[in-house]
Amino acid sequence: MTDPSPKRRSRLFRNLNAKVASVPMIVTALVIFVGCTVWTIVYSFTSSKLLPRLDFVGLEQYRRLWVTPRWLVAIKNLAIYGTLSLTFSLVMGFLLAALMDQKIRFENTFRTIFLYPFALSFIVTGLVWQWILNPSFGIQGIVRSLGWTSFHFDPLYNADLVIYGLLIAALWQGTGLVMCLMLAGLRSIDEDIWKASRLDGIPTWKTYLFIVIPMMRPVLITTLVIITAGIVRVYDLVVAQTSGGPGIASEVPAKYVYDYMFLAQNLGQGLAASTMMLIPVIILIVPWAYFQFGRNRRG
Amino acid sequence: MIRRTMNALAAVVVVVFAAPGCKKGGDNKAAETKTGSGEMAKAGSGSDTAKAGSGGETAKPAGVDLEVTHWWTSGGEAAAVAELAKAFNATGNKWVDGAIAGSGDVARPVMVSRIQGGKPMAATQFNHGRQAEELVQAGLMRDLTDLATKEHWKDIIRPASLLESCTLNGKIYCVPVNIHSQQWLWISNKAFSDAGVPIPTNWDEFVKAAPALEKAGKIPLAQGRQSWQETLTFQVLLVALAGPEAYRKVFGDKDKAFAAGPEITKVFQAAEQARKLSAKSTVQEWNQATTMVIKGDAGGQIMGDWVRGEFQVAGQTAGKDYTCLPGLGVHDVLQTGGDAFYFPKLTDEAKSKAQETLASVMLSKETQVAFNLKKGSLPVRGDVDLSAADDCMKKGLAILAKGPSAIIPAPDQLMTADSNTQINDLFAEFFAKPEMTPKDAQKRFVALVASAK
Repeated sequence: MTDPSPKRRSRLFRNLNAKVASVPMIVTALVIFVGCTVWTIVYSFTSSKLLPRLDFVGLEQYRRLWVTPRWLVAIKNLAIYGTLSLTFSLVMGFLLAALMDQKIRFENTFRTIFLYPFALSFIVTGLVWQWILNPSFGIQGIVRSLGWTSFHFDPLYNADLVIYGLLIAALWQGTGLVMCLMLAGLRSIDEDIWKASRLDGIPTWKTYLFIVIPMMRPVLITTLVIITAGIVRVYDLVVAQTSGGPGIASEVPAKYVYDYMFLAQNLGQGLAASTMMLIPVIILIVPWAYFQFGRNRRG
Repeated sequence: MIRRTMNALAAVVVVVFAAPGCKKGGDNKAAETKTGSGEMAKAGSGSDTAKAGSGGETAKPAGVDLEVTHWWTSGGEAAAVAELAKAFNATGNKWVDGAIAGSGDVARPVMVSRIQGGKPMAATQFNHGRQAEELVQAGLMRDLTDLATKEHWKDIIRPASLLESCTLNGKIYCVPVNIHSQQWLWISNKAFSDAGVPIPTNWDEFVKAAPALEKAGKIPLAQGRQSWQETLTFQVLLVALAGPEAYRKVFGDKDKAFAAGPEITKVFQAAEQARKLSAKSTVQEWNQATTMVIKGDAGGQIMGDWVRGEFQVAGQTAGKDYTCLPGLGVHDVLQTGGDAFYFPKLTDEAKSKAQETLASVMLSKETQVAFNLKKGSLPVRGDVDLSAADDCMKKGLAILAKGPSAIIPAPDQLMTADSNTQINDLFAEFFAKPEMTPKDAQKRFVALVASAK
């Protein structure tokens, strides 16, 4: 080790092909992901209107953002939608997967049926559910035509309920995917563990709860990241199903960002909002990355 | 394996959240989409072009292709655009149709992105006002002042405010092509005869007749539930009930003391009534609401004059099957919004020349008549022949003839898009939230007016 440079060189040039091949992705990641994120944050402190202008106004855009009722409604909606959608899609997805795992007949058929909605875009999902929940043509109309004329079910036209109308559509679309991921997780559990727990006389539900679920942690985390990313960026579903209505009752942050950037021609305000959206993601990603890479080093 | 998957996922997540900030990437995408749809539209309008080419004189070799983008895609609108294209093709040039489906809200970002991204079209539709102001300031739009002086636009365009909103720092940047107005109440004659009450002649009578309509099983006021329609209803109530002066004070002078005053309070109370009258109207689109009026299931609808197309398609005639009340029958007032064409700066000289031809064709008497008859709007010059006008169009023209006092500029001519969006959000929220009191809403309105630019 008298001269460390040859060794460093050889390390640098090891797997040269792979390194060259990954350069475009690295550059893309740095320029587009990191670069644009920084650009976004910088311009969120300016008074840019239609075109980006470096005219700094400090925290003014953020101050305005947090007194705008529409943004507050959007945040509240995201909180309700996020919590419920996370809980329900995980619980329902896991239950469906556990049921699928009982070596039932026609498993493929059921799996296809449950996964099918996921093949539809959010736009189609939104339009389908807009009609299903329409009081004159959808569920309410059908039940009333069957004779129960006082039946009342029009979540999309009630400002207090509209977010649950969106939630139904989102769950219908997304649960199938969660089920598939969970099923893959369940299948990766060694058969011997089941045999052992059966020998010990542990009831099935206890095996699931205390042995299988903890062993599925990696799958659970993956699912969590997928669902959460889907929640924070929810936009197309709202546009298709309610376009933010009635009034502003079903606004979501992503729609606020788009509307203020392009329709209201207030780039600074839109960027401030999108910077706020970045924060939960960072909160989510950073601990996870730390956890992942930290463990890597130890292992 | 799982770890690798998760790393990939992290990348995906980052893409998703970095995207809003990535101006350039978004631009390119928008431009590509645009080119695609433009290409499709070109194929669609091919037959029109061919007809005009063979019918007119043999095409001059100097003719060039100009791409014109707009968001007129419904049946009547497309027919109106075809008139513009026909007139332009007759000059030996070729109109390349760049229709962008969806409303202006969808089309405008695409247009702005293309101009900003260095791939401008030859001409593009915008609404009058400040939507394109920054593009003009950035030097991306062409100055038409020379042409305008040569053709005396100042003398022929009426009302003068139309040309004013095309003017920035004394230079003219756009060509107004039509006048649309929103301040109309459309009344179903059938609904009122079914309910056994006379057809109202103003808003107050309409409100008084509402209980009778409800008794007859009808919805008094049809209202599409999209937020822009709720906003429109509110704007119309404000202009028509408080009058044009009040409107100018609030939106033009941003007079917050006046906005807090009793005249505006009256408007908010009327909006509360409208909210009650339309509570049972559960349709989304404006034309679904119009259909309710056409069928006589609803008493009336507050909507712009584009509704006339729907009545026409249903075979109804103004005065007999339906009644229209401009300014809600209270104040004779119309808001002369409308569409204008802007011409981005081009480097190609032949194309720049053709832009001038297109601009003067759009304003010619013949094109104005042909275009506006199909569009259902009013022509921008007073010296054209409109013997084919129907009852409602005549009412509209009568108000226009009253001159500047009866004509108000659109809110986006007076306020920035930013301030407008905030006020519109408030109106939309008010309509959807029965528990929001007129008083609270007015308080917030005053704050927005005070901070408006």
